[in-house]
Amino acid sequence: MAPPGQAQRSSSPSQPSGKGEVSDLKAQLRQLAGSRAPGVDDSKRDLFKKVISYMTVGIDVSSVFGEMVMCSATSDIVLKKMCYLYVGNYAKGNPDLALLTINFLQRDCKDEDPMIRGLALRSLCSLRVANLVEYLVGPLGSGLRDSNSYVRTVAVIGILKLYHISAVTCIDADFPAMLKRLMLNDPDTQVIANCLAALQEIWTLEASNSEEASREREALLSKPLIYYFLNRIKEFSEWAQSLVLELVAKYVPSDNNEIFDIMNLLEDRLHHANGAVVLATIKVFLQLTLSMNDVHQQVYERIKAPLLTLVSSGSPEQSYAVLSHLHLLVMRAPILFSSDYKHFYCQYNEPFYVKKLKLEMLTAVANESNTYEIVTELCEYAANVDIPMARESIRAVGKIALQQYDVNAIVDRLLQFLEMEKDYVTAETLVLVKDLLRKYPQWSQDCIAVVGNISSKNVQEPKAKAALIWMLGEYSQDMHDAPYILESLIENWEDEHSSEVRLHLLTAVMKCFFKRPPETQKALGDALAAGLADFHQDVHDRALFYYRLLQYNVTVAERVVNPPKQAVSVFADTQSSEIKDRIFDEFNSLSVVYQKPSYMFTDKEHRGPFEFSDELGNLSIGADAADTVVPVHQVDANDKDLLLSTSETEKEDGRALSSNGSAYSAPLYDAPASVPASQIQSDLVNLTSGLSGHVPAASLAIDDLLGLGLSVTPAPAPSPPSLSLNPKAVLDPGTFQQKWRQLPISLTQEFSVSPQGIAALITPQALLRHMQGHSIQCIASGGQSPNFKFFFFAQKAEESSNFLVECIVNTSSAKAQVKIKADDQSMSQTFSTLFQSALSKFGVQ
Amino acid sequence: MISQFFVLSQRGDNIVFRDYRGEVQKGSTETFFRKVKFWKEDGQEEAQAPPVFNVDGVNYFHVKVAGLLFVATTRVNVSPSLVLELLQRIARVIKDYLGVLSEDSLRKNFVLVYELLDEVIDFGYVQTTSTEVLKSYIFNEPIAVDAARLPPLGPAAIFMQGSKRMPGTAVTKSVIANEPAGRKREEIFVDIIEKISVTFSSSGYILTSEIDGTIQMKSYLSGNPEIRVALNEELNIGRGGRSLYDYRSSAGSGAVVLDDCNFHESVRLDSFDMDRTLTLVPPDGEFPVMNYRMTQEFRPPFRVTALIEEAGNLKAEVIIKVRAEFSSSITANTIVVQMPLPKYTTRATFELEPGAVGQTADLREVSKKLEWSLKKIVGGSENTLRAKLSFSQESHGNITKESGPVSMTFTIPMYNASGLQVKYLQIAKKSSNYNPYRWVRYVTQANSYVARM
Repeated sequence: MAPPGQAQRSSSPSQPSGKGEVSDLKAQLRQLAGSRAPGVDDSKRDLFKKVISYMTVGIDVSSVFGEMVMCSATSDIVLKKMCYLYVGNYAKGNPDLALLTINFLQRDCKDEDPMIRGLALRSLCSLRVANLVEYLVGPLGSGLRDSNSYVRTVAVIGILKLYHISAVTCIDADFPAMLKRLMLNDPDTQVIANCLAALQEIWTLEASNSEEASREREALLSKPLIYYFLNRIKEFSEWAQSLVLELVAKYVPSDNNEIFDIMNLLEDRLHHANGAVVLATIKVFLQLTLSMNDVHQQVYERIKAPLLTLVSSGSPEQSYAVLSHLHLLVMRAPILFSSDYKHFYCQYNEPFYVKKLKLEMLTAVANESNTYEIVTELCEYAANVDIPMARESIRAVGKIALQQYDVNAIVDRLLQFLEMEKDYVTAETLVLVKDLLRKYPQWSQDCIAVVGNISSKNVQEPKAKAALIWMLGEYSQDMHDAPYILESLIENWEDEHSSEVRLHLLTAVMKCFFKRPPETQKALGDALAAGLADFHQDVHDRALFYYRLLQYNVTVAERVVNPPKQAVSVFADTQSSEIKDRIFDEFNSLSVVYQKPSYMFTDKEHRGPFEFSDELGNLSIGADAADTVVPVHQVDANDKDLLLSTSETEKEDGRALSSNGSAYSAPLYDAPASVPASQIQSDLVNLTSGLSGHVPAASLAIDDLLGLGLSVTPAPAPSPPSLSLNPKAVLDPGTFQQKWRQLPISLTQEFSVSPQGIAALITPQALLRHMQGHSIQCIASGGQSPNFKFFFFAQKAEESSNFLVECIVNTSSAKAQVKIKADDQSMSQTFSTLFQSALSKFGVQ
Repeated sequence: MISQFFVLSQRGDNIVFRDYRGEVQKGSTETFFRKVKFWKEDGQEEAQAPPVFNVDGVNYFHVKVAGLLFVATTRVNVSPSLVLELLQRIARVIKDYLGVLSEDSLRKNFVLVYELLDEVIDFGYVQTTSTEVLKSYIFNEPIAVDAARLPPLGPAAIFMQGSKRMPGTAVTKSVIANEPAGRKREEIFVDIIEKISVTFSSSGYILTSEIDGTIQMKSYLSGNPEIRVALNEELNIGRGGRSLYDYRSSAGSGAVVLDDCNFHESVRLDSFDMDRTLTLVPPDGEFPVMNYRMTQEFRPPFRVTALIEEAGNLKAEVIIKVRAEFSSSITANTIVVQMPLPKYTTRATFELEPGAVGQTADLREVSKKLEWSLKKIVGGSENTLRAKLSFSQESHGNITKESGPVSMTFTIPMYNASGLQVKYLQIAKKSSNYNPYRWVRYVTQANSYVARM
């Protein structure tokens, strides 16, 4: 069934496109149809071949259907096969003609030769014509009972084909039950495998409208059936093994002994040369040991070597598929792979898609002990002549710098990049230096010294330019030339095509103005004038906003534009742990390669056997699938740029004003609401004169800004500030771990748990769901009676300030030991109260 | 499960097209080809399309073999490894049947290929990829194409290169081809193929090294006798609890230490733990008996040193030395040394050693790469290339940062770096005068062989 569109563009002389050839063929076929002359089969073969080759390149040869069928009365199997292929392709479009073929196909289904029986049965089922299904039932039934296993394998798949043509006919003929019997009794493993595949498909599709089908589908996961498959796993072909292992991964064993039995039985599958078998086995191992923390870790250790061997033994395409899975595991447990980092070094001849994955893994496994070597290696790539690779490598260095405490050495390297004087290297580095400064403001002295040497003329990429301008604004007090560089950039306002850069320019010049008023005054005036005249709506609005703000109150303006900034502790680029868990559940599927759960790229009906059922998968996820979609899109958007772009920060500043604005005193500065642009300049002169007096007052008020909107007058007694939590807080395990190590314990407390709570703690999930209801998310849990251990986290509703909790519940003493760590230490007592009240309600309602 | 399978030529022509489930709309071949040809990522046009991608809910998988694109489509969330492995396997099966895998041979034999495809996949489910099993379903005879002008496929194809070609034409013989004389030649090929990756630091010290090896087998023995392959007795697998890069403990002991290995389905390991022999009944067609990976320290076959120095205004000189550190009875062939030069290089004049035969050196204008090709290098010898460069602008200071690293590709027949050996090959067949040809061949190739500057 070649695409018809190709017919027109076939240009090579061997691919005719005219109708002449087809009608020629038709005539020749007709001549041969009745002939019994010797050698006629050879001529037929040649003609058939021509027909098939036209069909392949997309020429419509359906007009010779009748002739093909007439010629098919032959005992030559090669001819028959070509005829079957042809009929299979055109029958759907020509149902009337298809009827012509039924006769000879039915006859062939009863042939002596099992090969012919099988072929005919397969072709019969491939016609895909709904009104011919009545002719299928009989041959399929006898096909299932055929003494030859080839015919039976064909018949089993034939039944699946029938189901897709007419589900009712298939069910009415009771075929699924017959398949089930065959699956349990047939001596041939390929027949069994086909039965399994067919039944999985049929019952999954039927399950939505039939109780019985969904029961049957679950029965596939019953212990006897799983053991039936497992005990003969080695008799199956490698492909069928993958199918069986996929099923086993969904099986829930009753106890640990069973888990170890299954793992011992499948141990040698890890040495299979077929990557699909190995990955399916690994999935079984990972799923089985999910609740056993220690064993789960041992599994990781065990599967490393086989995975690495697969990565290096196959074609680049195969390595990519395996490497994607290794990537998932590395991201899940970077610590377990931190000594294997050399395996993730890139080889120069690898395709870019492989290198990119490796860079991400190197970033993930970097820790105190290997960072030096990894970064040294990355710096080699950064100097590479391969530009995309160089860019990615610089980003990787930056990401490592952002996740380490001791970034000293890395900062030096980044600064060396700037000295390389390659435009794309400089551009990438500037963006990174900006992010570094947002997280580690203490490095500003070193960075600024180098950044100051970069000529803005050599920076063309909008992102890089924006980063440079941001630094000029933010550190204008330390950068000697800042006002003058900004001024020259503003002079070229007209030539600046990127609105992002123009927005940053406005903000930077504002910041600079507050720090060095006399030097910046002219530039600010020019910038505001240019901004007000800008055709871009956002640029115009921001210029107007700044202008009005300056008119309204200079002190307020400074607080808005130049608030003291808290260092960013976590950038909002992390995928939610729920999404990650979902992908992990879909191990050995496309979800891993795309790094998205299947519902994001597949229609419901095509999710395939991997998504066996929502109910069995994960209750909490299934329940609010609609909710999870939203954060994911956010994540996607943020992924494009590792960081919250600074423009977003400015937006937040804006919001801060609108919400807190009313807290400030009445305007000091009365001015007409709208002022012609030409007048701005002179207004600013007045502003400047009043400014110096305002600054100390401004900085006083700023402290309050941080205090969650407290009143300006210092609060006499620290009444606990109210705390509301973000119900959809997101934190990935890596960041959690890192924060957990990084932050000091701010509170340790012991709470008692209600007896009802202890009773409800038969499954840890109950507590997780309960706490989720109080906007406290669980990131990890484990343990066995009487001691259960949980790690929770929560985030403040309005900002990305996190609370991390380790909670050990002892069911026999009904006590919970709680350790709390917090980004904002001052809030931990409040949070603790909140946590306790949430915990005390557990099991009570 | 797979919806469609097709093979496209480099120009995007359909050579073979099979729709198994009718779930994917027509025109998928064009959608696929356009996407692969004009792949873009983050606005970077140089990026290469990954082997798996999704367009409008359809997942496209592809592998490149012998310049052809083997493609599968599906709407289902399947195992990517399974599909990519399958595509690779289909290519191998087709090659087994046609003798040679090329656009030409596929076009000439497409009916046979359809026959194969019908049996390999039914309604999207894989039935078998065993060349052996498929034999009973295949009735077309292959039409031979001239092998000599075609790029051969598969790792064993490297035996075809160079002047010292192995006897026999096994690599391009179809498994079902009729011998002219009517009798089959009894022979079996066992190839130990190693790809080595080495990265030298600028001071010549080895930063990383790895050997990825395969024992490849192709049997033309009648009656499928059982075969025993004996490997080195001192062969250890896995490095216990030690770090993979802990070299000290293993060096000099003479034992071959593999990090890990995996085996073909047909291999039985009953006595492997005892005497390091593999037992198998080889199926027809070419297949890997064992894949292995080694990071144990080994002696790299070549030492490469490169130097670039400014020599006056807008000029520089490059010296590349390649020293072959293997026995003089062995000769490496088809050696290519590449080195990226500063972007502003306009001209290069080369000076080969006096008496150098079969060597060429060239500056690739577009990529600004120096390329030095040597037909062969005899063990123990040293070759030097000097080049004088002219620049269009001043360098930014550190000229070594603007060039390199030096990379190298080569093939060394009858050489293996790991020391893994096939000690003997026993064919269990009773007759006393049965003595088939046994070819045990070694070859080492460069995978990523890089010297930094």
